[in-house]
Amino acid sequence: MEARARIVLDDADIGRAIRRIAHEIVEKARGSEDLLLLGIPTRGVALAHRIATAIDEIEGTHVPVGSLDITLYRDDLRLRPARALEETSIPAEGVDGRIVVLVDDVLFSGRTVRAALDALNDIGRPAAVRLAVLVDRGHRELPIRPDYVGKNLPTSLEEQVRVALIEVDGTDQVTIGEEAR
Amino acid sequence: MTLVLRGVRPYGEDAVDIVIADGVIVDLAAPGSADGEIVDADGLVALPGFVDLHTHLREPGREDAETVLTGSRAAALGGFTCVHAMANTSPVADTAGVVEQVWRLGQEAALVDVRPVGAVTVGLAGERMAELGAMAGSAAEVRVFSDDGKCVHDAVLMRRALEYVKAFDGVVAQHAQEPRLTEHAQMNESELSGRLGLAGWPAVAEEAIIARDVLLAQHVGSRVHICHLSTAGSVEIVRWAKSRGIDVTAEVTPHHLVLTEDLVATYDPMFKVNPPLRTAADVAALRAALADGTIDIIATDHAPHPHEDKDCEWAAAAMGMLGLETAFGVAMETMVAPGLLSWRALAQRMSVAPARIGRVRTQGHDLVPGAIANIAVVDPSGTYVVDPMRLSSKSRNTPYAGRELPGRVVHTIYAGTPTVLDGALA
Amino acid sequence: MRHLLSAADLSRGDAVLILDTAAELASVTDRSIKKLPTLRGRTVVNLFFEDSTRTRISFELAAKRLSADVINFAAKGSSVSKGESLKDTALTLEAMGADAVVIRHGASGAPHRLATSDWIQGSVINAGDGTHEHPTQALLDAFTLRHHLRDGSGDLAGLRVAIVGDILHSRVARSNVLLLQTLGADVTLVAPPTLMPLGVESWPCRFSYRIDEVLPDVDAVMMLRVQAERMQDAYFPSALEYSRLFGLDAARMAHLPEHAIVMHPGPMNRGMEISADVADSPRAVMVEQVANGVSVRMAVLYLLLGGRQEETS
Repeated sequence: MEARARIVLDDADIGRAIRRIAHEIVEKARGSEDLLLLGIPTRGVALAHRIATAIDEIEGTHVPVGSLDITLYRDDLRLRPARALEETSIPAEGVDGRIVVLVDDVLFSGRTVRAALDALNDIGRPAAVRLAVLVDRGHRELPIRPDYVGKNLPTSLEEQVRVALIEVDGTDQVTIGEEAR
Repeated sequence: MTLVLRGVRPYGEDAVDIVIADGVIVDLAAPGSADGEIVDADGLVALPGFVDLHTHLREPGREDAETVLTGSRAAALGGFTCVHAMANTSPVADTAGVVEQVWRLGQEAALVDVRPVGAVTVGLAGERMAELGAMAGSAAEVRVFSDDGKCVHDAVLMRRALEYVKAFDGVVAQHAQEPRLTEHAQMNESELSGRLGLAGWPAVAEEAIIARDVLLAQHVGSRVHICHLSTAGSVEIVRWAKSRGIDVTAEVTPHHLVLTEDLVATYDPMFKVNPPLRTAADVAALRAALADGTIDIIATDHAPHPHEDKDCEWAAAAMGMLGLETAFGVAMETMVAPGLLSWRALAQRMSVAPARIGRVRTQGHDLVPGAIANIAVVDPSGTYVVDPMRLSSKSRNTPYAGRELPGRVVHTIYAGTPTVLDGALA
Repeated sequence: MRHLLSAADLSRGDAVLILDTAAELASVTDRSIKKLPTLRGRTVVNLFFEDSTRTRISFELAAKRLSADVINFAAKGSSVSKGESLKDTALTLEAMGADAVVIRHGASGAPHRLATSDWIQGSVINAGDGTHEHPTQALLDAFTLRHHLRDGSGDLAGLRVAIVGDILHSRVARSNVLLLQTLGADVTLVAPPTLMPLGVESWPCRFSYRIDEVLPDVDAVMMLRVQAERMQDAYFPSALEYSRLFGLDAARMAHLPEHAIVMHPGPMNRGMEISADVADSPRAVMVEQVANGVSVRMAVLYLLLGGRQEETS
């Protein structure tokens, strides 16, 4: 695919980023009691679980984790054939009154997060919604900003950022490369 | 005035000039030798003009689908010089008045002999015999009687009709369809009808009536004609009856020689017809029976329907398909090209035998001096793609749209006068 | 996929995708806001030439949960005997900009005709045509089977299902035979010979004339509605005899394996093909079938209309 892909985060970097994000979440939430992590499929879910595990290690608690598929809320559905749905699973605790942290791998245009906020709105009324991403590559098209960022990665529009995680891809790394034309 | 078909090959045999004067063939001269008004027919095949024993001209009553005039044009373009106009018009052709009206319209169109068929029962209702004698004695000289579209299913009525028409050498042409077995029937009853969820028209509904009627014909010593025979089982029954000396004749339609029931899976009502399209095995049996003479003739069952009666869901659609303009092409493709019928045998099936069954003295003559000059001149080498919009019939319901057929009809001579020249009405 | 006309049009992959999608969409029913914005601005027409309130409201609810605009067009009473009503109705709907037409029609093949004619551009969903097919019913049945007898995912490989009743006139049976076979299930049709379609031997299933020989070896039994009027056409001598020979009562149900479920597409003829105690027993899953119908129809609507629609060929 990419002729010249360059590793920008390796497995150790990713581990450190996740632990830092976990600390920041706990710090900002003043504990972990009301937290609920919702990963956006596919890699956001794996990241949410890792962050939850890190929080559990810090706090000695059990932070509920779920997944939130945003396919049905996308604003570009008509541009492609209908897509298969990913799993949505909201922990039994529900989202009402909780601090929900949305977790995704890459923040780009912000449209996915917009869809996630809409989806969340139909599910319940959180006390607050925050956003954690492993990579923020810029080029926002909507007024959305992340609360927790693993790495800010300035990119050009032509570049492709790829996040690989062991749970999905068998390896942990973030690469950047020219988009294959 | 003398008309010369120059260089034509009668029955595909040696080329001659067919010389026609006063409506009669006067000479078969050496090619290029005759003088007169020359019609170029170099290398083309001459056959006696086709005679259709089974045509729906729809007039009176459904002039939106076809008229005697438009049907006559379609017939001439198909190489026919005589058609038998079926009785299921509105009003039904069950009186001398109606058959004479149809006959006169045919005379006025003057493109083919239009021979009206008389209904067997009043209003095709299957209850009371129509005035068969009056129709036979009318100007139309009806000899073929049929309730086609409906079966004369009452055994007593059928027996009486078979007997009654003997007085004027008539024949009853039976539409063999046991009515109870075919209530709401939509297609051939088969594994496919089960899958498509369409009510079935079982072969036995045809075969049971044919079996009964050949036995009745034997019992009363009459001749009987079977319309549009469509199943392998029917072939067996007719073959058996003929072997016993029973005076039975049978027809097959062009569409039953080439189309099969799997076309119904498209739910396209163009393929809805009665009797329905059957299986490939039936088609094979019908071709073999036509070849060996068990089935005597090809008859078109030309059944025009207006667009709205076909442009709808299957169950609501009318049954029937056009046939006059494509009959020869289908016969060529299914019988002549594969070697099942010679040109002379085809002439028997499409001209001589139907004229004999219908007792049409002026038709079905061999191409010899002295014969009335009813001639179809065909090009066996040409092919054409059927375009519904270019058909001359008033309706468009051909099942062959887009299909390539061999065997173009080039000229048609009716009683010595060209009705079609170079594939167009003269 | 542009239309859903026949269960035969669905590959195993298509069918599993629909069931998986339905499983995700089922959760919407448990939310306080039972609505998704997915089909906002799309118009779905329920074109019903036959009365079928349950199928119509199921499709209606499914479309509304996806935020589509729904128009109910009851064409019953218009001249179905003369078919231009189908064409003219279709042209009218096309002019109104219908994105999908859900059609129930008394004539087998009418949805097929609608989809292959140039009358309309939108998707056509067969909601039951004559005695032909009812693919969304088969999908909801498969969904119910998968939920109860599999772990709610994948296909139905090895599952044994008996379908009992008026197979000849049943669109539910036809669609189920095709779909369940595609999903790997082993289907046995049970009916008196008069109500078995000609050529059933070549269908992708088994068949039997004796229900008692079949019941002990199935995981599910699907009872079909049998109209008592059929006896007037000599399909069987009396309702009583039919019910004795082919009806499912408590005594017969006892011969089913412990885990087996009882299904019925509805509406039921209690006392005819199914006794009241069976219909009300915990093994009967009819209410669930209805609920699953909405999810499955949402899935079909989403997959047909949710993305870019395929071009008309």
